[in-house]
Amino acid sequence: MARIGVVVFPGSNCEYDAANAVSDVGATPVFIWHSESSLGEVDGVILPGGFAHGDYLRPGALARFSPVMDAVKNFAAEGGPVLGICNGFQVLTEAGLLPGALQKNRGLTFLCQPTTLVVAATSSVLTRNARLGQHLSVPINHFSGSYTCDDATYEQLVANDQIVLRYLDNPNGSRDDIAGVSNEAGNVVGLMPHPERAMSTLLGSADGRVLLGGFVGLSADALA
Amino acid sequence: MRATKFVGVSDAPEPLHRALGLTDAELDDIVAVLGREPNHVELALYGVMWSEHCSYKSSRVHLKRLPSKGDHVLVGPGEGAGVIDAGDGIGVAIRIESHNHPSAIEPYQGAATGVGGILRDVFSMGARPLAVMDPLFFGELTDARQRWLVEGVVSGVSGYGNSVGVPTIGGELTFDACYASNPLVNVLAVGALPKNRLVLGVASGVGNLAVLLGSRTGRDGIGGVSVLASAGFDGADGAESLDDAKRPSVQVGDPYEEKRLIEACLELLDNQLVVGIQDLGGAGIVCALSETAAKGGVGLNVDYTAIPLREEGMQPWEIMTSESQERMLAIITPENWDAVAALCAKWEVRATVVGHVVEPDELADGTTVGMLRVRKGFDGDIVAEVPAKSLADEAPLYHRPLARPANLDAINAEDPSADVAEGPLAEELLDLLLDPAWVYRQYDSQLFLNTVVGPGRDAALLRLAGPGLPSSSRGIAVTTDSNPRWCALNPRVGTALTVAEAAANLACVGATAKALVNCLNFGNPTHPEVMWQLSESVDGMAEACLALGIPVVGGNVSLYNESGGNDIDPTPVVGLLGVVDSLIAPPPGWNWNEGDAVVLVGSRMAAGDEPFPVAGSRWATKRGRRGGQVADFDPARLAPTITFVANEIAAICGGATSDITAVHDVSGGGLASAIAEMVAVSGRGVVIDALAGRGEFFAEFPGRFVVGTSDAAALLARCAAAGVAAEVIGAVAGAHLVIGSDVVIDVADVAARRRGALEDQLSAN
Repeated sequence: MARIGVVVFPGSNCEYDAANAVSDVGATPVFIWHSESSLGEVDGVILPGGFAHGDYLRPGALARFSPVMDAVKNFAAEGGPVLGICNGFQVLTEAGLLPGALQKNRGLTFLCQPTTLVVAATSSVLTRNARLGQHLSVPINHFSGSYTCDDATYEQLVANDQIVLRYLDNPNGSRDDIAGVSNEAGNVVGLMPHPERAMSTLLGSADGRVLLGGFVGLSADALA
Repeated sequence: MRATKFVGVSDAPEPLHRALGLTDAELDDIVAVLGREPNHVELALYGVMWSEHCSYKSSRVHLKRLPSKGDHVLVGPGEGAGVIDAGDGIGVAIRIESHNHPSAIEPYQGAATGVGGILRDVFSMGARPLAVMDPLFFGELTDARQRWLVEGVVSGVSGYGNSVGVPTIGGELTFDACYASNPLVNVLAVGALPKNRLVLGVASGVGNLAVLLGSRTGRDGIGGVSVLASAGFDGADGAESLDDAKRPSVQVGDPYEEKRLIEACLELLDNQLVVGIQDLGGAGIVCALSETAAKGGVGLNVDYTAIPLREEGMQPWEIMTSESQERMLAIITPENWDAVAALCAKWEVRATVVGHVVEPDELADGTTVGMLRVRKGFDGDIVAEVPAKSLADEAPLYHRPLARPANLDAINAEDPSADVAEGPLAEELLDLLLDPAWVYRQYDSQLFLNTVVGPGRDAALLRLAGPGLPSSSRGIAVTTDSNPRWCALNPRVGTALTVAEAAANLACVGATAKALVNCLNFGNPTHPEVMWQLSESVDGMAEACLALGIPVVGGNVSLYNESGGNDIDPTPVVGLLGVVDSLIAPPPGWNWNEGDAVVLVGSRMAAGDEPFPVAGSRWATKRGRRGGQVADFDPARLAPTITFVANEIAAICGGATSDITAVHDVSGGGLASAIAEMVAVSGRGVVIDALAGRGEFFAEFPGRFVVGTSDAAALLARCAAAGVAAEVIGAVAGAHLVIGSDVVIDVADVAARRRGALEDQLSAN
């Protein structure tokens, strides 16, 4: 069974939800405190949502200096699967593990609402179990979720198939409806929507299982 | 800007005790307690602790009439939060409070710190906060200041609640001119705990340490409970009167500090490192110290110089009464200090020993009294020395005069629908629809993966689960309800009907009410009419709670909601907590199917003289009609109807198949509005038989449910067997909302009008 590290910063608040979702798709979650310099024995790492270190400066701006981030960078460089959800995505962009940046939503308000995602690439660790063009109902929950990048970066994203998820109906003004991107190798992915909140029809949608099941599955393969 | 002054205080130089909010008689009481004149520090301590906000001195004699007993009640009124046994080894804590006056002056911080304060009340019981609800009341949005208040308050709730990591799962939004200069910002919080983690705010064990956790203490929020919460706003000149001079009494919130404080405190409790724990809220550290010492019957020796400060030069009285946010007081044994310090360091939470638990003093008559001694250094000079329980429990009790408003008979005799200009009914209906999604989209309503029914429906429904809780397949439902329009006409019956309305809301998500908390927002208690309203309201609440079998486990009283001498309408807000025994499938919601029958479950006509009373309805209020009589409270009819619906929906939540496809309680806006809301949300039209004119369209009285069913005969038979009235009133069909020959509106128009109503008003110039 894959062991998935869930990094906890002071101010993280989706760590329990991420851990529950990981268990739901058959893997074992392990919390990793931000001051750790090693990830321990894990097959994948999730940076969950929340407000790491309060995020009073800019989302993720302080978290990238947490000691654990050096270990995350090394893990990613070795091809280890890394997933940033919401605040985790913001941290990954600040840490330089993913291109681009997240700015305030178009309407300058926080948005918590369902969205429909369209799978735009299936080569990443997150989307490898999804079909190209598949629609997934996954909620968003953020103030700073409008993805932006310069033109050169954007062309590179398109050329390398790094745009993994788009919004069907853009809620926040993201460039080219981008909801999630990966690094060039596809082993580091960040997305603003919360797949861990879409694990059960009782709560409105179980479409997140496709994404997290894929993430955990790849980890299991990497282990073997 | 003109000089400001407080209500009831002259411009002349005044004695210190009056400036601190104490009357001459109260000063005499203090002298009697101490056997001497109090010094300035002691006077400041009594000033905050004997404030209306902390002591409930005007309302306590009435609150005693509320029923608070129940087999499942673990903690009743008087603690940080009420706690019930929800089954499966889980306790559920619930608490409601007001943050009205701070929000009137500084809407973002006022609302934000309201959320922070209520969360500390909940986790001080050992419960992890799992949900927040916000009933909000503003003036009409035609006024630019009101739009500023709405945006500030909503972003304050959003900014603090989302960051601290507690979902906001619902609330209420009411607009009425009476709140224009005195908006109401109430906040309810629910938490859950393994029953064995339940902890109370008690200091015990001589030699134990009082440890202050969290933020440093600053000058923010000094006198919040006395200057701000226990006095009215002065002028009648709108914004000018919302005294700039009071702004320093508003606290400033830091949700990141609170988040770490929550995690640290829950971990301290899990590791059994604390003897007692109490939040610091209104009246700051003196409140926490005196209450924990009074409950434990012990004394506390406090070194005010040990308290970490934000700024230099703070006086002892400022340090002791500051309402700086994000602080907790823990009582621990000395042996545990190292472990407590290490755990707090991990969470980057400041922990400082500020006091020692000491033996109570023995008096000449052989009795003992726990003394709160504030000293400069643990062995240094004493700057204040008072019996702890005199601060915490012995504020004077006031039996203030009551008087039924002289003009109420005349108001009740009015006919609210006489000579009203009648436009097209369709337009009158559309004008009542308002989707609050603009508000709740700004709140994280989903954290913890529990939200089965979120904001914007009859009641919120959560799975009963959370970090550290035993496994359970139960659900908990929460709603807040109020109807100041009813209560202005008849505070006793209006409040009873509000309780019934809340129970009906819970029934729509399959829950049976288990506990009630109240936030009693009223005007100036020195007005006999206000005290009569409060007293009547309490009696109505007691009557309804007894009839429906609901214990009151906590509450909050907010008085002095007035400006320029005008009191708000009586606004008792009810928070109701219910339990669903098995939650494995979502309740039906409002999405009915083409071909369903539409059934009205419950008595079609109101109890009382008037079958369709529009008095106190939104429809009448919009037309400036504020007179008339509300429906009678008739528990013999209401209780079986509410129970029937709750049981039907609970069966669906438990996984049973049912012919019921949709259910919605009839409330604000009346029967026609309830139907229109279901049409807007489902996107499906209906054809409803003719209703009995504007009365039946818009009358508001609880105990009616609009139900969609695929088998009307079966549903009617079950209703008959339960002795509950029910009749088919129409069918789900077509692409229009059709009511008799009065209303034909395209479904898309109903939806668009409802969706846009709030944003259109907010963006008006």
